Amino acid sequence: MLQCPLESNTAPKPLNWPESMPSNPIISVKNLNKRYAGGFQALKSVDLDIHEGEIFALLGPNGAGKTTLISIICGIANPSDGTVIADGHDILKDYRSARSKIGLVPQELTTDAFESVWATVTFSRGLFGKPPNPDYIEKILKDLSLWDKRDNKIMSLSGGMKRRLMIAKALSHEPKILFLDEPTAGVDVELRKDMWEMVRGLRENGVTIILTTHYIEEAEDMADRIGVIRQGELILVEEKNELMSQLGQKQLNIQLQVPLDTLPKSLEDESLSLEQEGNTLVYRYNSQTESSGIATLLRRLDEHGIEFKDLHSRESSLEDIFIELVKSST
Amino acid sequence: MNFYAIRAIYLFEMARTWRTLSQSIAAPVMSTALYFVVFGSAIGSRMGDIGGVSYGAFIIPGLVMLSLLSQSISNASFGIYMPKFSGTIYEVLSAPVSYLEVVIGYVGAATTKSLLLGLLTLLTATFFVDFHVEHPVWMIGFLLLTSITFSLFGFIIGIWADDFQKLQVIPLMVVTPLTFLGGTFYAIDMLPPIWQKITLFNPVVYLISGFRWSFYGVADVSVALSLGMIGLFLALCLGAVWWIFKTGYKLRN
Ligand SMILES: Nc1ncnc2c1ncn2[C@@H]1O[C@H](COP(=O)(O)OP(=O)(O)OP(=O)(O)O)[C@@H](O)[C@H]1O
Ligand SMILES: [Mg+2]
Repeated sequence: MLQCPLESNTAPKPLNWPESMPSNPIISVKNLNKRYAGGFQALKSVDLDIHEGEIFALLGPNGAGKTTLISIICGIANPSDGTVIADGHDILKDYRSARSKIGLVPQELTTDAFESVWATVTFSRGLFGKPPNPDYIEKILKDLSLWDKRDNKIMSLSGGMKRRLMIAKALSHEPKILFLDEPTAGVDVELRKDMWEMVRGLRENGVTIILTTHYIEEAEDMADRIGVIRQGELILVEEKNELMSQLGQKQLNIQLQVPLDTLPKSLEDESLSLEQEGNTLVYRYNSQTESSGIATLLRRLDEHGIEFKDLHSRESSLEDIFIELVKSST
Repeated sequence: MNFYAIRAIYLFEMARTWRTLSQSIAAPVMSTALYFVVFGSAIGSRMGDIGGVSYGAFIIPGLVMLSLLSQSISNASFGIYMPKFSGTIYEVLSAPVSYLEVVIGYVGAATTKSLLLGLLTLLTATFFVDFHVEHPVWMIGFLLLTSITFSLFGFIIGIWADDFQKLQVIPLMVVTPLTFLGGTFYAIDMLPPIWQKITLFNPVVYLISGFRWSFYGVADVSVALSLGMIGLFLALCLGAVWWIFKTGYKLRN
């Protein structure tokens, strides 16, 4: 939960962020449907454009279809219907060009066991058709704090190290588009921070990133845009800041000097409520309106002789919004 | 052609071979050597010649084929089954590689390993039995063709199998009996007349016959027929692989 004293937390946009979006999306998904062999429909007419250079967070509860969508774009599963264009190439007809632009870190930790770290990353680069480049591989291993482990067998790595190894493999062929399917599951706090730092660095170098995570605050920190998927349907795609200000609410918590049983009649209002056994007066207001009404409220409290010892404001987090969204569209 | 990808897959598979050297090369060579000792030296010395060839020498081509077949199949099937089983196949599926490149990489490595194994087995045989090779080029040719064909066959089994049991069942229940009944230990004209006919339905007969011809110049069936049969089986396997990749059978859901 974000707590900040009476100020909004709009993240600064990166320097190279164009004000108007480029008209040519780097990934364009049209009317994508997926029925699995058993007849289960995992994706229902999904339309989605990913802009070049953005960080796009795909959010949704378990089983919503995030991994299915990613698998289709990356060539692991076949679409039942619909088209996907990646960097101008149809992923089926022109799979070679499309796939060579894409790197994937899958959700499951699937690695070989007996190969060395170095060998497996080198393998990945070759598999994607790139000539050997030991210097580059050294760089990614160092960036991902795996350099010390380069000669170790994969099975001797911890879970978090394996996750980073999978990122190294995905980056080994210098992709323009990177899919991260729950990259931070099982990674400790510090390394997670490093990982996001690296993701930001990649974005600065022009890599487009599509990620999924169940840690909504990570998406709130990282993403430029958010897509929410629920039961195979993409129910919302929105710029994060827009989303936060449109659907987010602010509230001001006023810690009272003396607890109140009821509010004075003249203060009764649907935006005001007493909480925590009358110790806190909560004022809810829309973050979009011009004047918050806080000044007026404080003046009127003073008129009523209601004293307070502390106040702080709080914005609804992306998590609050997300939970609301997923619930309300049931 | 994505040559880097072919090379990556090939080297990956070969690395697996070197890593498991004792299991992948030494063990099969050793078990074949046991056959040489028992059938070649011990029992063979009491058997008459077959077609002018001593029994010990007679069984060598068949024994080499025996281990070549089972090793090609188990190698190639394991090579593609394991990534499917562990999930690492995702990387190959998401890579800009064509089916042909994947097959060349995996089957190429399995073939290399089989060839190596076949030659090593022959080398080992020289310690136990006196024999010669009349048509060495043809001998290598048969070795190569059989390795490729049965590595492809193994590749298909590896894709088809979704558990370890299925992986084993064809080699054990079909291939082993066929190889034992394929004329490794006897010439076909030693069989009762009716079995001489039935045995012609066994594809392994043609392999062993042709291979033995390259050693001693004698064969149960004509060499052209042997080559034709291997060619036919190779074509069938190629067709199956083509279909598998075209439909994504058991690979892409
Ligand atoms: N191979 C498959 N065969 C049949 N159904 C599948 C298959 N893979 C996934 N599904 C189903 O498709 C739906 C979407 O699964 P998917 O893995 O895309 O969800 P997800 O959004 O990634 O969930 P999570 O957050 O748990 O990773 C689920 O109901 C799942 O059971
Ligand atoms: Mg998933």
